[in-house]
Amino acid sequence: MRAPSGPDVAVGDVLLSVENVSLSFGGVKAVSDVSFDIRKGEIRAIIGPNGAGKTSMLNIINGFYQPQQGRINFKGETRSKMRPHDAAYGGIARTFQNVALFRGMTVLDNIMAGRTLKMHKNFFWQLLRFGPALTEEVEHRHRVEQIIDFLKIQEIRRTPVGRLPYGLQKRVELGRALATEPDLLLLDEPMAGMNIEEKEDMSRFVLDVNDHYGTTIALIEHDMGVVMDLSDRVVVLDHGIKIADGTPDEIKTDRGVIDAYLGVAH
Amino acid sequence: MHLLYQIFIDPFVQMGSAPDLLVQTLWEGLVAGVLYALIALGFVLIFKASGVFNFAQGIMVVFSALTLVGLYEHGVPAFLALAITVGVMFVLALAVERFVLRPLVNQAEIILFMATFGLTYILIGAGEMIFGGDPKVMITDQLLLPTGSYTIKMLGGFVQMQKIDIAAAIIASLMVASLAVFFQKTRVGRALRAVADSHRAALSVGISLEYIWVTVWFAAGIVALATGIMWGARSNVSFALEIIALKALPVLILGGFTSIPGAIIGGVIIGVGEKLGEFYWGPLFGSGIESWLAYVIALVFLLFRPQGLFGERIIERI
Repeated sequence: MRAPSGPDVAVGDVLLSVENVSLSFGGVKAVSDVSFDIRKGEIRAIIGPNGAGKTSMLNIINGFYQPQQGRINFKGETRSKMRPHDAAYGGIARTFQNVALFRGMTVLDNIMAGRTLKMHKNFFWQLLRFGPALTEEVEHRHRVEQIIDFLKIQEIRRTPVGRLPYGLQKRVELGRALATEPDLLLLDEPMAGMNIEEKEDMSRFVLDVNDHYGTTIALIEHDMGVVMDLSDRVVVLDHGIKIADGTPDEIKTDRGVIDAYLGVAH
Repeated sequence: MHLLYQIFIDPFVQMGSAPDLLVQTLWEGLVAGVLYALIALGFVLIFKASGVFNFAQGIMVVFSALTLVGLYEHGVPAFLALAITVGVMFVLALAVERFVLRPLVNQAEIILFMATFGLTYILIGAGEMIFGGDPKVMITDQLLLPTGSYTIKMLGGFVQMQKIDIAAAIIASLMVASLAVFFQKTRVGRALRAVADSHRAALSVGISLEYIWVTVWFAAGIVALATGIMWGARSNVSFALEIIALKALPVLILGGFTSIPGAIIGGVIIGVGEKLGEFYWGPLFGSGIESWLAYVIALVFLLFRPQGLFGERIIERI
């Protein structure tokens, strides 16, 4: 279910909220006192000039960084600390700015790795690769094939990912994130370094994921055209501070945002 | 001319004229190779799952064997001692994860490699402090491992096979086969390979680094224990065994650092090559070539196939 984007349209209940979060590395303030929320079923964009703290924000949400101050509320549970492994179990999946795949493994194995936390048969059966473990393996393989079909990467499923062009690697990475069946999908510059055609494909996939699976998506993107087309709501960061939050239309005309991007005459 | 004859013709004439000796040499090479393969297997496990060349694998072999024999000498029944040693290797895996690997997450591989050096000296120190530096005799009989030998009449002569060697070959083959399937075909195996490729990507799909590391270090510890028992039964259990770890290096270069079948085939090639070289070509160089021939074989190999026989292809997009 996709709500029409427009002013003051609530997509759903709040899935995740970030409250007064701050993080600094030594003397550098990466994020200071930022609050915003992500609602169920929406596509939420996080934008800002380079070094604005966007990736730090994603890293905080999925537990790679621990914020020094503030709280994060996810699915009604408040926490100040979480390990990445727990975030994945809780239903947060992500992709990375500079693709992080298992380069030596095939596309299939990469996406299967995304199913790791859904597989529960014990070590002993696994060692024998027999009985329940084998049934389980087959079942998950089926799910993975569906994702491969969805992303239209059937013909490269046996190729080691290191050999694929960049655009396809990004797609495989999206597939791996989808394999975890996330409630919240974090995409860190999913279209960076792509040509127009690839960007259009990727935009299509992002919208489809949102539609078909009902997955809530938070994405960082520099291409303003893409951001304005895809997202329901946008939050703007600059030097670690939130300077605007609203619908694409509101953001486009926001004085502070224009100043941050174009600079201000002093 | 005479030299060429000695290098290229004479050894083969000798092989042909005394086939029983050839078979005996091949058998000894095979057994040595299987044992090299066992050591290499310990390296491969850890390399696959963390991209680290674990320098401490050699000392883990000695340490586990010493623990086993040391416990027995203090009056613990053999099989209880074996069980306790397995427990000790598990505690070691936990300790390595907690105090070495965890603080070094996301560090360069060379730093983890250096850390395994540190671990080596800690284990040497601990081993000497607890069990003393004297060589010990492996408790082969008490563990119900076969002793003695078969003498087979064949090819106009006799070939002698130690029963312990046969046992070693069987145990090593079983370990290698099960680990190979495990790594290639199961969830945990896939997770192990994933961790080796990228820590942060593995974390993002919910693979717990702690669990994986404890698992591989424990598995490597068990492989070390098996190696320690087998090598110990052939010679003695002493710190001198530690240097056999260096023999694993050419085996790994040959088989590929990431391949379990590669470890065993590389081991056999090195083992057989060494024994044949020593026996037939050794006299030409005044003997003692066994200690360096393996490295020469590995070096030649590196020229043609830097990723090893079965290593994962090196892929680089530019």
